[in-house]
Amino acid sequence: MVSIFFAYFALASIAAGVLTVALRHPVHCGLALLALLVHVSGLFILLNAEFLWAVQIIVYAGAILVLYLFVLMLMNLKTDDRYLHSSYLYFLVPAAIGSLFVLALLVRSPFGGAKGDATTAAILQDGDTHAVGIKMFSEYLLQFEIVGIFLLGAVIGAIVLAKTPKPPSRERKA
Amino acid sequence: MIPLSAYVAVSAVLFITGLLGVLIRRNFIIVLMSVEIMLNAANINLIAFSHYLESMAGQLVALFVIAIAAGEAAIGLAIIIVVFRGKISTNVDEMNFLKW
Repeated sequence: MVSIFFAYFALASIAAGVLTVALRHPVHCGLALLALLVHVSGLFILLNAEFLWAVQIIVYAGAILVLYLFVLMLMNLKTDDRYLHSSYLYFLVPAAIGSLFVLALLVRSPFGGAKGDATTAAILQDGDTHAVGIKMFSEYLLQFEIVGIFLLGAVIGAIVLAKTPKPPSRERKA
Repeated sequence: MIPLSAYVAVSAVLFITGLLGVLIRRNFIIVLMSVEIMLNAANINLIAFSHYLESMAGQLVALFVIAIAAGEAAIGLAIIIVVFRGKISTNVDEMNFLKW
């Protein structure tokens, strides 16, 4: 049962990713990106990360994607006839060869390593949100604060960049 | 039980798709969307390893990656608006006014 879900989410997210890159109209690309984000969040559920699932839906599909679609519709883009870069075939063939090599390596490797303390039973006892919260506000508090400062800087930067510049004549009078 | 390498393979395919999008698309907004695909591929990797190696660190890093992706999207789209106001084009080949 789980493997059926995994196959569906994996294939659908890969198909949506390819469509995001390959579709011609930018709004269609945005909608394909939405499908990709939702299916990737399904993969998170299969990995017992339901807090990340909620964050993916709320932040990615709810905030970031809406921001993209908002800018797309605000700018009323015209679709180019040549929407791909002029020399894309030079990238396509090496990328295909490289991805086949990476896939062959991945399927063969065992990925062993030292196990941590967060076993599946321990996470399922109190829920993933509890486990993430305990870890974030004990060991990762400094990183949490750094991300907060980063987001503050991003907000101020976005406002400064997107603000309409004053006409120069009015500045001279004042 | 799904092997870890299956998740890593999905993540690798998605990452290469996003990388191709960054390299071959000419619309700046689609280039930013391809960066989001790459960040999502990294998140799948982090959470898969977090589950199979039974450590919480991967999920926390994935959470920080999502926050940084939000900031990157806001700044990138603000830059697009500034460029679009001046040049009426979002083609990455025509955005060369920092080059002299």
